Amino acid sequence: MIRDHFRVLFVDLSSGRGIIETVDGRDTVAGGSGLAALLFDRYALPDRPWDDPDQPLIFAIGPLTGAFPLMSKTVCAFKSPYHDQYAESHAGGRSALSLRFADYDALVIRGKARTPSCLSLGSRHLDLKDVHFLWGMDLFKTGKMLRRMYKGAGHRSIWRIGPAGENRSAMACINVDTYRHFGRLGCGAVMGAKNLKGIVVLGDGTFPLPEGKEYPKLFAEVHRKMTATDMMEKYHNYGTPINMAVLNGIHALPIRNLQKTSDPQIEGITGETFARDTLLRNAACAGCPVGCIHLGFVRERFMGENRYLYRQVSYDHEPIFACGAMLHVTNAFSVLALLDTVEREGLDVMSAGVALAWATEALEKGVISTKETIVPLAFGDEKTYREAVHHLGAASNDFYRLLGQGAMQAAKHYGGEDFACVLGQEMGGYATGEVFFVSQALGLRHSHLDTGGYSYDQKGKEPDVDGAVQFLLQDERARVLLTSMVSCLFARGVYGEPVLADCLRSIGYTTLADSTGALSGHVQKLRWQARLKTGFDPRTVSIPKRFLEVETWRGPINEAYLHALKDAYAEAILTLARTEG
Amino acid sequence: MKILTAPRMERCIGCHSCSLACARLVHKNLSWDTAGIRISSSGGLSTGFEARTRLACLPAPCVEACPTGAYSQRKGGGVVVKKSLCIRCGECAKACPVDAVFLDETREPFVCIHCGRCVSFCPHDCLELMDVETGRAEGGNAREGAS
Repeated sequence: MIRDHFRVLFVDLSSGRGIIETVDGRDTVAGGSGLAALLFDRYALPDRPWDDPDQPLIFAIGPLTGAFPLMSKTVCAFKSPYHDQYAESHAGGRSALSLRFADYDALVIRGKARTPSCLSLGSRHLDLKDVHFLWGMDLFKTGKMLRRMYKGAGHRSIWRIGPAGENRSAMACINVDTYRHFGRLGCGAVMGAKNLKGIVVLGDGTFPLPEGKEYPKLFAEVHRKMTATDMMEKYHNYGTPINMAVLNGIHALPIRNLQKTSDPQIEGITGETFARDTLLRNAACAGCPVGCIHLGFVRERFMGENRYLYRQVSYDHEPIFACGAMLHVTNAFSVLALLDTVEREGLDVMSAGVALAWATEALEKGVISTKETIVPLAFGDEKTYREAVHHLGAASNDFYRLLGQGAMQAAKHYGGEDFACVLGQEMGGYATGEVFFVSQALGLRHSHLDTGGYSYDQKGKEPDVDGAVQFLLQDERARVLLTSMVSCLFARGVYGEPVLADCLRSIGYTTLADSTGALSGHVQKLRWQARLKTGFDPRTVSIPKRFLEVETWRGPINEAYLHALKDAYAEAILTLARTEG
Repeated sequence: MKILTAPRMERCIGCHSCSLACARLVHKNLSWDTAGIRISSSGGLSTGFEARTRLACLPAPCVEACPTGAYSQRKGGGVVVKKSLCIRCGECAKACPVDAVFLDETREPFVCIHCGRCVSFCPHDCLELMDVETGRAEGGNAREGAS
């Protein structure tokens, strides 16, 4: 397991066979984000479209995966159907530990299966099964069938797509173990284009650990920090939805398609409300004692005579923002019912919610009609939204097919670009100001996780273009080191560079431990080079008018500052990617 | 004499910290298999988790099944395994009614030795090391909210 190279499984779906290759670069890219970018650079076809069968779908873990707490994430890299450029999406669940115990540092899937198929792999098996009978099935049914078809309950990870992925929606996710997702930028469509309905990774390998007391002692120390201190309290207590009330309180929560940033009705969907009224239990990714996954319930009367069914639904800040605040659905149970429907279709919940918010305003303004939307979308109307989500996943008509390619794609066709809340992709749940808007619009993953731009905004500093750009570059670099290990970003308070170096050293990665500083810069550059090579030009990014109309606790957005920051950050990205070395 | 028990599995969040601790500290492995306690979901993640660990049977069916005397009965319940006497026949795993014996690919058996080193790694205090004579628990996690 501890090796100075990477052990990579390449699977060719057209033949159903795989080969294992040794790939060099452990000490220069570590794993995760770095390894994914390295493999993409080597095997992707930048000039061919995302759905070319030869494009790789890459999953990579890191040198610390499974060896320390919260080293529990997998990086998925692919050419995205959203923008036809390089993209990364991350997920936890049991994905990372299963890959670790299957004894692969990365899985690269190429080709297209002849029929809808499921790939199954472990440390001692590899097979591709025809599953044409699962095509068209929603995510829940698919999960039930795959659990029955494959062995290894508890020590395996099941990755699957729903109708949205089959229909090649650019907002199709890959569901991981029911409650986690490779959510953003359409990796579910990449599986769909490859005729791949599911991937089952069985973690059935065992590896010797180093002799001596240093490693178990350090593990215990890190574990103690993760569980016994207050540092992680916010994640396992109310969880990320604690942000709902906080952001609403400072006029920084995107509400009703970002028409406003605060509303008393948000009280119905705060983290506190969800915990008090809907929380059933917590769950965890494998290898994480924090347990930040919050599961609420949906109870539905499906017949008279008190006949009910119930389902468990995971919730977080981002899903609640997208399907609650943005759609002005302000009842916690209604939000959960909507999240459940989104899950069933296999859609990225953030893009689906934000895209439907745009469609609702477009319908209100007469830009589109119910001829397009089929159902009369209206802010706050959860039941109609549930029907619309189904149409979005199924690509029921031309409108929903186009909306599934992104709200801005639909807006370019029908009109309403000014109020499409798109920053590279549908926005994250923060209307904190200029730095966050620029960070997501230009960030490599167009994610709220690229940098802590939302946090920088909240520090209330005076406009400082150079200072903000330096922050964005340095914070991205620090996060890239973590996502190359591959750590959950919630652990960033514990895993500073010296701690990461100690962890690496304790299990035998001595050279890597001494090179984390240079490595993070190298990986940061490698990722940007992959993005630019596939056609991204940060100078051409525009930020829709709606974002300039926002008012936060600091007052109106400073338009001049936002544009100056965008231009400077774009140049900084280009400079970084072009640097020698 | 102490035995490991898992009395509060309804609190389990599926983090596998217990299995990983056992493999790391007892067997010096990175694994969630070669451990005396293994966690599995019971019919999909939505229905919670169960622990596959020894029930400290007295008498233990695996002792009866072992043809070479590698397994012997432990005072107070459970077994002691002398691996030098084990011929990797796998009869112990077959005899166990609750799937508490894990055989690796060489058919080496891994069972709980009731040392309790996994207990403090459980964040929700699902596990406890219980004194057979007094019925009292010891160890456990001191986190607030655990009882």
